[in-house]
Amino acid sequence: MRGLVPIAGIILLALLPLVGLSTYMMHILILVIMWSVIGMAWNLLGGYCGQVSFGHAAFFGTGAYTAGILYLKLGVSAWWGFPLSIVVVGVMALIIGFICLRLRGPFFALATLAMGEVLRVTAENLRGFTNGTLGILIQKRTWVEKTWYYYIILAIAVFTFLLIRRLVNSRLGYYFLAIREDQDAAESLGINTTLYKTVALLISAILTGFAGVFYMNYMGYIDPEIVYALHDISIITIMVVMVGGVATFWGPAVGALIMVLLAELIRSLPRIGTAHQSLFGILLILIIIFLPNGIVGDFPKLKTILRRRA
Amino acid sequence: MRPLLELKGVSKFFGGLAALVDVSFTVNEGEVVGLIGPNGAGKTTLFNVINGFYKPSKGEVYFDGKRISGLRPHRICRLGVARTFQVVKPLQRLTVIDNVMASAFLRSPSRQEALERAEKILHFVGLYEDRETVSKNLPLGKRKKLEIARALATEPKLLLLDESFAGLNPKEQAEMIETIKKINREGVTILIIEHHMRVIMSISNRVVVLNYGEKIAEGSPQEVASSPEVIKAYLGETAVA
Ligand SMILES: Nc1ncnc2c1ncn2[C@@H]1O[C@H](COP(=O)(O)OP(=O)(O)OP(=O)(O)O)[C@@H](O)[C@H]1O
Ligand SMILES: [Mg+2]
Repeated sequence: MRGLVPIAGIILLALLPLVGLSTYMMHILILVIMWSVIGMAWNLLGGYCGQVSFGHAAFFGTGAYTAGILYLKLGVSAWWGFPLSIVVVGVMALIIGFICLRLRGPFFALATLAMGEVLRVTAENLRGFTNGTLGILIQKRTWVEKTWYYYIILAIAVFTFLLIRRLVNSRLGYYFLAIREDQDAAESLGINTTLYKTVALLISAILTGFAGVFYMNYMGYIDPEIVYALHDISIITIMVVMVGGVATFWGPAVGALIMVLLAELIRSLPRIGTAHQSLFGILLILIIIFLPNGIVGDFPKLKTILRRRA
Repeated sequence: MRPLLELKGVSKFFGGLAALVDVSFTVNEGEVVGLIGPNGAGKTTLFNVINGFYKPSKGEVYFDGKRISGLRPHRICRLGVARTFQVVKPLQRLTVIDNVMASAFLRSPSRQEALERAEKILHFVGLYEDRETVSKNLPLGKRKKLEIARALATEPKLLLLDESFAGLNPKEQAEMIETIKKINREGVTILIIEHHMRVIMSISNRVVVLNYGEKIAEGSPQEVASSPEVIKAYLGETAVA
């Protein structure tokens, strides 16, 4: 029975565009699914392997720029960003991993944060290559309609979900958890912690890069402030996972849904709209206090609370 | 008797502090060797050197005829050295069975095999009933058993036990002695750090004594217990005089 839930979910999502949703609704759905991908990717490294990254914008941005520069400099379709980003983001992840993975806990988090910022500043200054702060604009987007974009990001999300579920249930998943729980114990029990942390980072980075490639193609415009953003990408990624549930399969998707809807809601409010970052901050604090394992992780607790109210 | 572990002039300095000074001894295949010494003598440091957490400042460690000093801990474990920690380090949020499976994967890549091996080992150390318990909820006695189960899951030739008896009640201690004897009968060589003399006397073939990082005695339990050097180290100068 439980195995059928994802399949039913996928079929439902695949049929959704046929209902005839508004362009706005489709846009929201696409954003939710894209953030689910980023959240799932982060969750593999941060949630399962315990390496909390504050710099996932580095991979999102590099994916987006790989696609953008292909279009800008070589004049080929930005969709070629998908295969090429595997190499570019992969190499980037290996470099970042080499520098940051020797650090532990908060030091790793700070180092990744710095990496994201370094890449943002670099992208701003390499004007000849990236167009700097002017950004990259795709003159003519592939489709005017949203449907195909929807199916593409849905396919990426399904692939990501299945891949991560498979990894987590395998030997690799046990190694990730062992590293998260106690790196010294893991190492002394025969687990090559450096290697497996690098593997987790590599997979997480490439999947996040895919979301970046998609973003370039879908939005048609990027600049360093947008795709290498510390707050709007790196921090929101962590919030998506924390709100939904760290180290849970469905947490990132639930977190993405809530965060995207909340962002839309708050932004549409007349006066407080501009304070959405503060409101997100308050939300994060509330979540950490009352639902430290996120909505999915603390679902049993949430149910008993709601039942008591009723 | 074939030497399995050989320490040759091992020293370890932490800045100005000499935690180990020119320590040499051998552990033969099939033996149970006790490693004793007062607090701060360098026993745990010696384990950290053998298992690869520390590189010796001087000297070399050989295992099974191969030089292992300088290798990373996971490589040394793969070669057949497993250890437990004095301050237990269970994978806190994982269940007992998952803890043991995480190590069992080293020798059995398939999930099914790893599970079967883990279950067998939990039966062996008497933790099978607790297999679904999250390990941070285990009482200390069972955590000590879990440390051993996890180490055994890597199929070691040499097992390093760091104070597996500390904090156990007499009944648990008796069980632990039986478990360790059983492990040794299965062919695993054991080097054990222990403060309880009764335990050391009852299970070791030989005893090595460290004091201030130096080896001050080595021999059968009886020899060591009657050595004036050892008595002095344990009881202080006045007791001898
Ligand atoms: N990482 C380290 N850095 C600096 N000093 C250390 C380190 N590890 C151990 N020491 C020092 O080395 C000496 C030996 O410590 P060790 O833990 O090996 O003793 P021990 O024999 O295991 O003692 P106990 O019986 O209390 O467990 C101590 O003085 C200790 O403070
Ligand atoms: Mg010690």
